[in-house]
Amino acid sequence: MDIKLYIILAITLFTIGMIGVLVRRNAIIIFMCVELMLNAVNLLLVAFSKMHALNPSLSPTVASDAQIFVFFIMVVAAAEVSVGLAIIVMMYRNVHTVDVNFLNRLKH
Amino acid sequence: MNTIILSAIWGVIMMFSGVFVKKSTTQKYIAITGILVIVAFATIELLSGQTFFDFNTRGMIKTDVYNLSFVWIAVFSTLLYFLLSGSEIEKVGPHIGEYFALLFFIVCGIAIAATFNTLLMLFIGIEIISIPLYILTGSDKRNLKSNEAALKYFLMGAFSTGIMLMGIAFVYGANPAGSFYIDNIQIGTGHMSVLMALGLLFMLVSMSFKVSAAPFHFWTPDVYDGAPTVFTSFMSTIVKVAGFFAFIRLFEHAFGTVQDQWQKLIIIITIATLFIGNITAVFQQSVKRMLAYSSIAQAGFMLLALFALNEKAKDGILLYAAAYSFATIGLFGILTKMEDYTIDGFNGLAKKQPILAFATTVFLLSLTGVPLTAGFQSKFFMLMAAVENGNHYWIVVVAVLFAAISAYYYFKVIQAVYFKEPNLSDTSSEIFISTPFKFMLLILVALIVVIGIYPEIIIGWRYR
Repeated sequence: MDIKLYIILAITLFTIGMIGVLVRRNAIIIFMCVELMLNAVNLLLVAFSKMHALNPSLSPTVASDAQIFVFFIMVVAAAEVSVGLAIIVMMYRNVHTVDVNFLNRLKH
Repeated sequence: MNTIILSAIWGVIMMFSGVFVKKSTTQKYIAITGILVIVAFATIELLSGQTFFDFNTRGMIKTDVYNLSFVWIAVFSTLLYFLLSGSEIEKVGPHIGEYFALLFFIVCGIAIAATFNTLLMLFIGIEIISIPLYILTGSDKRNLKSNEAALKYFLMGAFSTGIMLMGIAFVYGANPAGSFYIDNIQIGTGHMSVLMALGLLFMLVSMSFKVSAAPFHFWTPDVYDGAPTVFTSFMSTIVKVAGFFAFIRLFEHAFGTVQDQWQKLIIIITIATLFIGNITAVFQQSVKRMLAYSSIAQAGFMLLALFALNEKAKDGILLYAAAYSFATIGLFGILTKMEDYTIDGFNGLAKKQPILAFATTVFLLSLTGVPLTAGFQSKFFMLMAAVENGNHYWIVVVAVLFAAISAYYYFKVIQAVYFKEPNLSDTSSEIFISTPFKFMLLILVALIVVIGIYPEIIIGWRYR
């Protein structure tokens, strides 16, 4: 398949995630949108890896770097989830909501 | 390499110390021992170039005298930070060992972010710095402001990480060499391809997020204000300059050949950062919030290194890292001892605590950039680098003008310290300051003055 289709799909997913972060007010949904952004990147990296692997002037081992990268993104995303959910739970215990509009105490 | 491995190991030791050692002071001393060991090994690596952990990293981590000197400055600042503010960390909560463990992991991340040679290591370094910081920001669990700051920092940080990864993916796709190594990104001559330009832009935006440069700074004051003051001290100094070092290293090695194509963007970001940081700091009543905005303003000056991107700029960023970290760590250390964080809270400090007042003055003078202080030398090197770059001289004029504005809000604190009467109605004005704390402050003052006279002790390593 043409690489352009993958790029378009990844950018679409990424944009949906980005708009979600900017528009939604629920901390969990914002968090899911961030994960969507990361997964769009994963898709794009794997597609590019295949593209480089099909390039005869490059050695296939070089092209597989991006697939290793994807594993690192997954691991870091998992670490971020654990910390992020802990922060959201801590927030929920104190104010009993996960709405980010509540986050305005620091303005004053 | 020594720093990366040792700080990771010591982080684990600190986590276990929370189980086996009950006394919080003992845990603090274990941490100080650890950072002393790390400083010693970083010094050995800097002097001899030898590492005790000789792994085959396949060139993913590349050390040279320049980035090793930065790592040394970072770990040395961390040592000063532990010695000055260690007892304040004990007061944040019951889990002292864990706070220190997270700080050690951040040091590990800083060492990775300063020595990375592939985009993968850049990503991992930045994340190892960020994730423990989210926890430290929210470590005051019962305090709503701390919760809010942690959530805000976390959402913004994760968002900017996503943007950075997208940038990395674009750069990888557009790179005909199919490589993540920053020295092997082939941009070619003439105009960049659309993918490469997008990748560069995304990485620029996300790194600006991390170092809180101007259009992307809005999380900084809230997070710095909400986090416990000891941890604000760490994240606004050592972490911030590490972010800058990674930023400059990335753009120098990966995109340095097409600097003329992105230099205008940097000019816009620099001037916006200087403007917003300095002008907003003028109106702040709380010293903590003022320091948050001042850190944005100082970021504007550090961005000049990215604008110039020559040898002087590389010297300048080392000096700036030392000068800015020492002064701000000292100021935050004093701030943790104050009951009232407003500028009025500093009224008449000179009568109550002359040593604290003197140290505050020197730190603020250094941040302003008065001669004979380290701040002057660092600003001087930055401006010289910008002049040597050859184009857009006027940015130097703008930077100097904003430095003059910064004198206003820094001197406002000095004025409160020396020329205003203490608040007599305030009964709790007697603050107890221990002798080691005063001693550490004087060491910081001495360091700032010595660097201000002999900047060679920081930048001389490169020219031995």
